[in-house]
Amino acid sequence: MRLQRRPLPAWAEIALLPLVNIALAFIVVGVIVAIIGVDPFHALRLLVVGVVGSSESIGYTLYYATNFTFTGLAVAVAFHAGLFNIGGEGQAYIGGLGCGLAILALDSYLPAWLLIPIAIAAAALFGAAWAAVPAWLQAWRGSHIVITTIMFNFVASALMVYLMVNVLIAPGSMTPQSRGFAPSGQLPAIPGLPLNLSLVLALACCIAVWVFLWHTPWGYALRTMGHNPEAAVYAGTNLRRMTMLAMCLSGALAGFVGVNELMGVHHRIVLDFPAGYGFAGIAVALMGRNHPFGIALAALLFGALQQGGAELAFEIPSITREMVVVIQGLVILFSGALAHLPRPWLQSLFALRAS
Amino acid sequence: MQALTPAAAAIELRGIEKSFGSVHAVRGVSLRIETGTITGIVGENGAGKSTLMSILYGLYRADAGEIWIDGHRVEMANPRDAIAHGIGMVHQHFMLIDTFTVLENMVLGAEGGLLLAGGLAAARAELARLARDYGLSIDPDARIADLSVGEQQRVEILKVLFRGARILILDEPSAVLTPQETDRLFRILQTLKERGVTVILITHKLREIMAATDRVYVMRQGRMVAEHRTADTGTEELAELMVGRKVRLELDKVAPRQGEVLLRAEHLSLVDDRGVRLLDDVGIELRAGEIVGIAGVTGNGQSELLQVLAGIRPPSGGRLMVCGQLLDARHPGNPAEMRALGLAHVPEDRLRQGMVAAFEASETSILGYQDGPPFTRNYLIDGPAVGAHCVDLMQRFDVRPPAPSLRSSHFSGGNQQKLVLAREIVRRPKVLLVGQPTRGVDIGAIEFIHRELVKARDAGCAVLVVSVELDEILSLADRILVMFAGRIVGEVAPGRADERTLGLMMAGAGAA
Repeated sequence: MRLQRRPLPAWAEIALLPLVNIALAFIVVGVIVAIIGVDPFHALRLLVVGVVGSSESIGYTLYYATNFTFTGLAVAVAFHAGLFNIGGEGQAYIGGLGCGLAILALDSYLPAWLLIPIAIAAAALFGAAWAAVPAWLQAWRGSHIVITTIMFNFVASALMVYLMVNVLIAPGSMTPQSRGFAPSGQLPAIPGLPLNLSLVLALACCIAVWVFLWHTPWGYALRTMGHNPEAAVYAGTNLRRMTMLAMCLSGALAGFVGVNELMGVHHRIVLDFPAGYGFAGIAVALMGRNHPFGIALAALLFGALQQGGAELAFEIPSITREMVVVIQGLVILFSGALAHLPRPWLQSLFALRAS
Repeated sequence: MQALTPAAAAIELRGIEKSFGSVHAVRGVSLRIETGTITGIVGENGAGKSTLMSILYGLYRADAGEIWIDGHRVEMANPRDAIAHGIGMVHQHFMLIDTFTVLENMVLGAEGGLLLAGGLAAARAELARLARDYGLSIDPDARIADLSVGEQQRVEILKVLFRGARILILDEPSAVLTPQETDRLFRILQTLKERGVTVILITHKLREIMAATDRVYVMRQGRMVAEHRTADTGTEELAELMVGRKVRLELDKVAPRQGEVLLRAEHLSLVDDRGVRLLDDVGIELRAGEIVGIAGVTGNGQSELLQVLAGIRPPSGGRLMVCGQLLDARHPGNPAEMRALGLAHVPEDRLRQGMVAAFEASETSILGYQDGPPFTRNYLIDGPAVGAHCVDLMQRFDVRPPAPSLRSSHFSGGNQQKLVLAREIVRRPKVLLVGQPTRGVDIGAIEFIHRELVKARDAGCAVLVVSVELDEILSLADRILVMFAGRIVGEVAPGRADERTLGLMMAGAGAA
């Protein structure tokens, strides 16, 4: 007699399934690591120690997780509006530019308590503005937002290179970076670590996004548009304005990566600081099921992989940087794209236990 | 076969059970359908008839019970199994690809080989044979988008026959058809029956059961409550069996007390991007305390008229006065503004316009009213207030199950409609626009919805009803306007109207 499959209990759906997914990913990773001649258990121990072994490694994990939270939220907000924002990379870049310009202009006049909020607002404003152009093009001209946001990543990159090399470069410097920020333009950080106040901003953003999407009339209208644009029109929502709102919020969130990186760590404007966080945000949002709290957890996992992976590459020479990317990719594959793979097995298991 | 065993039935179901969570949708249902007959299954929305057919078609697995086809016990794990056993299903919503031709839709999923040409040629021959045998002629090279709804349905039936079905399940087939198209469909079903095909017709329209079937099963609340030869029963008895109590099919209402004009359209026109004139010089006056019905065959501008009146589409020309506010092409209203003026709108297509399928019922219950009190205070949506509002709507309009946190799409069509209608009526609007008030809604709910509309009218609301159901227009409306080709072609008082004269006007023949 065949066993009847039933939906999994909620705790298994939320907690057990993701854990099984990650375990599966690590089994595959273990096989690959074994093939290149490294003891997988040794590697796993190094990875875990690299993530939670010291206050320093925990600090790095949280610092990476901060960036992943910002870009994950950025993708999720757009996604709830039915928009696929692939421009997080460029929006983070330009957001950082805004943050840096505000500090460079004001750091000799204003105290930190005043300058920090202004710089954060500037990051949000610039990030939003960079997302607003593709949003406008879609809302009024019908250009598809996936295409335009991708293209805007390249535009942002080229613009930054131009600005850094020709305009913002510190006088007398050989590397394309701006002068350093004065202390009033630096976020309070844990000494010796990149972990800074941006983590608090990221957590605040999670809560704010959650409240916005599910507890305000604008979030309600935004989700209505994402699920059913015709119903949104019926309800009196102006789809063009809502597209602009959703994309600007998304761009602002991505722009906060610049706060963490420039105001929190580098203390000057540098090139290439978004380093793929914008794209990884898509995977973070996917894994966190577009829910702010899920995104916070997924960002933590991504941060841990980033930090543990770096440690692994450092300790074991045969595991290269590229190998670490493969490991990260496998975890994304199993917990994102193949997330539903083990569900039928678990369902059978539960049915077996019940009978 | 031994003489003592009766001939095997085409389908036999024994003790079928199915639950969804705490909802017991099908309770111990058994039935027997003979080969080469047309069997009707009636029941209200949510009675379990669609679930039962989905089990037969392999879309759901029964929790318990047996399925026998042609005397053999079978397992239906998925629709592929059902198709292999010769069962085909024509869904209420067509599963066709608009931009493909009839032939291309036909071979979809049965392309037969690496290159399409061979499969297409074979399909063309098979299609010709089916057309000959069953009298189902259709141009194989026509694009689906260019076909009428009735023709699209014929393509769906052909698709099923093309896959070798001998048992045909039709789910609410007449929901989208005009009366003439429905008659044509029943003639086709009769031909199929004569050729030995077994037909199962799921519907809640009793007249169709009486006209088309040999036997009828009645379901109520998941149980099979009666089985009759169609010739031995009547609509009154079936209605009573379905609902579980006496049903009045007639509507009582007193003469209208018309008041001031609340909505006036003058020379309203609408031209689309391709220059097609969808509305042409439409003039309407709608007074407080009356129901005006708009009759017409689908696609003659009724949908566009509703959209323009509700502010969803701006008119290309003409003027519109709503509750004292003047609107025209240069200063068009928008839905939010119209709502603020006191206009409420129950859209024709509730799933696509009136609700968000993925939202909880309580979220759907404030769609369009989410801004401002009582649902939004201090920029935040008041969750408890929204929940209480939804419970209130559900109680007053008898929405089942009364579960505000259930996904909107999990309610049956009738209950979705009641929820949307409740949302719009409880605001006591001055003007109420209603599109297809009872499309896909069962008898018990139709009676209820009609009474609510009359109640709103008696309370001084100006009601405009657009419906393709002539019966509905005739019983509800105090005045009837007929639309044809984007124009209002005539006005009739219901006392002097009958289906024939209205039908002629709807076809454009009686234009004054």
